Amino acid sequence: MWIYEKKLQYPVRVGKCDPRLARLLIEQYGGADGELSAALRYLNQRYSIPDRVIGLLTDIGTEEFAHLEMIATMVYKLTKDASPEQMKAAGLADHYVNHDRALYYHDAAGVPWTSAYIQAKGDPIADLYEDIAAEEKARATYQWIIDNTDDPDIMDALKFLREREIVHALRFREAVELLKEHREQKKVF
Amino acid sequence: MSSEKSLPKAYYQYLHELQAVDFVLVELSLYLDTHRDDTQALAQLQQFQKRKHNLVAQFEASFGPLYQYGESQTDAKHWAWADAPWPWQV
Repeated sequence: MWIYEKKLQYPVRVGKCDPRLARLLIEQYGGADGELSAALRYLNQRYSIPDRVIGLLTDIGTEEFAHLEMIATMVYKLTKDASPEQMKAAGLADHYVNHDRALYYHDAAGVPWTSAYIQAKGDPIADLYEDIAAEEKARATYQWIIDNTDDPDIMDALKFLREREIVHALRFREAVELLKEHREQKKVF
Repeated sequence: MSSEKSLPKAYYQYLHELQAVDFVLVELSLYLDTHRDDTQALAQLQQFQKRKHNLVAQFEASFGPLYQYGESQTDAKHWAWADAPWPWQV
């Protein structure tokens, strides 16, 4: 069960219409290392992972949905007042003819989201290493998007998200150590 | 299309304060997931839970419910949950 909070996790301010930036941000909406992938990856891994780390996967997985909503808010605000001509000039004509200004789960190049982006190996260490890698890749992606804008408001929100990836990766690294300790303890009778 | 109303300054002030308190609660929750017996972190979490409780009550009294499915106080005459603005509209 989930309960929705009628607010964003962190403020998203957008001062101007900028569909070009929206096109880049879509990478973190429906891309391989985006927030949808992250949320579904962690929440799905919970069922077969040791109890010791289920709380962490639940909490980080849930936070990823809050990040997904922040990205959606940025894309929505950056495109809501764009004319078809502006969408075309931003490279979003292909998106526009299919979706108008609706959001859709695809990456910056228009490739639709697929579950092939996420793994569930059933081996706790393998799954957590996958999660650490996912966070590091998302962190890098946020940096590449930040490098592609000079909008201070968007940069502020993206820097917040970039920092969250770092914290998540740190917590997943701790989870690996907890499971290793647990495994070693079990060998002593 | 959304109906974007202009909201009073206080809306953004309360919201910002709530987001700041929630940040602490999220951050401490993740930390506690891997450090379950850190009593200092637990005490800090409890302290911020109280602050959140008070802030939510103040925000909801002025700007409507923050939580769905009956988790927020309900008005007897109007179902304010379904009213705009939604988070991406402010």
